[in-house]
Amino acid sequence: MSEEIKVETAKFDARFPNTNQTKNCWQNYVDYHSCVNASGEGCEYYKKVFQSLCPVEWVSNWDEQREAGTFTGKI
Amino acid sequence: MNIRELKGRKEALGNWGYGDAPEPWQLGLQDPGCYLMEDIVQFHDWIMYILVLILSFVLWLIVRALTTNSTNMYLVDAPVIEIIWTLIPAGVLMFIALPSLKLLYLMDEIGEPALTIKAVGHQWYWSYEYSDYGNSTVEFDSYMIPTSDLNSGDLRLLEVDNRLVVPIHTQVRVLVTGADVLHSFAVPSLAVKIDAVPGRLNQTNFLIKRPGVYYGQCSEICGANHSFMPIVIEGVAMEKYTNWIGALLSE
Ligand SMILES: [Cu+2]
Repeated sequence: MSEEIKVETAKFDARFPNTNQTKNCWQNYVDYHSCVNASGEGCEYYKKVFQSLCPVEWVSNWDEQREAGTFTGKI
Repeated sequence: MNIRELKGRKEALGNWGYGDAPEPWQLGLQDPGCYLMEDIVQFHDWIMYILVLILSFVLWLIVRALTTNSTNMYLVDAPVIEIIWTLIPAGVLMFIALPSLKLLYLMDEIGEPALTIKAVGHQWYWSYEYSDYGNSTVEFDSYMIPTSDLNSGDLRLLEVDNRLVVPIHTQVRVLVTGADVLHSFAVPSLAVKIDAVPGRLNQTNFLIKRPGVYYGQCSEICGANHSFMPIVIEGVAMEKYTNWIGALLSE
């Protein structure tokens, strides 16, 4: 099992140099879903980043909002 | 000191004799577990050195002023001494401010993190998430072990049931948020203290330089059990970490 573990994570993003990373998580979540809606290809990068950065509870809340049509991001 | 206290002390000092947990009546800082904390300890010592110089000088002046019988009762102004006692303190403050600012900005620098850990403060426990591994996230809660359940040698109010396991010599990004009210994620030996704010993600980082068990506590008053939600970080070799996370991922 341990050979499969790759120790890597979301890289430093110059758009979000501050302590506050809320927007970093949010932007990658929005980018992933607008990417999926637009083309559906090459979106895995955004997914990896937002999964690394966003708390699980936030993601599940946003997923529910998208299903209910109350999500406030443009996707 | 009886055997029980000795054992507790040994645990607090770890197998290598480091102080990575608070001691009773402790006045100084805990032992540094990362390079940044070494610099912070040095900076603290530097300020204390300046403090001792100033305090001794001022005390000497006070004693002189109170014990002398040669007082100049016609003295109105003295521009030279006023310039001196403005410029010298300004210089001293600069020698404190510059290294302080340097440390402040170094602490913000996350470098190239190899691992992201999310810490979420709850009333009253911490929960941790490791989600660099695709769709399978490792998620667990970390509760304090109540005093009645402690083993001999355990640290009271500091042990938890599930420790945060982290590889050493690795840049680790920590993202902290709160689920209900304000908390604060703090580990003195690793130079980490950052607020956990609901709806906001705060980023900090550390690079552990030696294996050990690092203790911290919630540091923002968060309600009745604020004192009972400690943080325990276990710094292990990378191989041990991958084995540990691998076992949790395959569960
Ligand atoms: Cu708290």
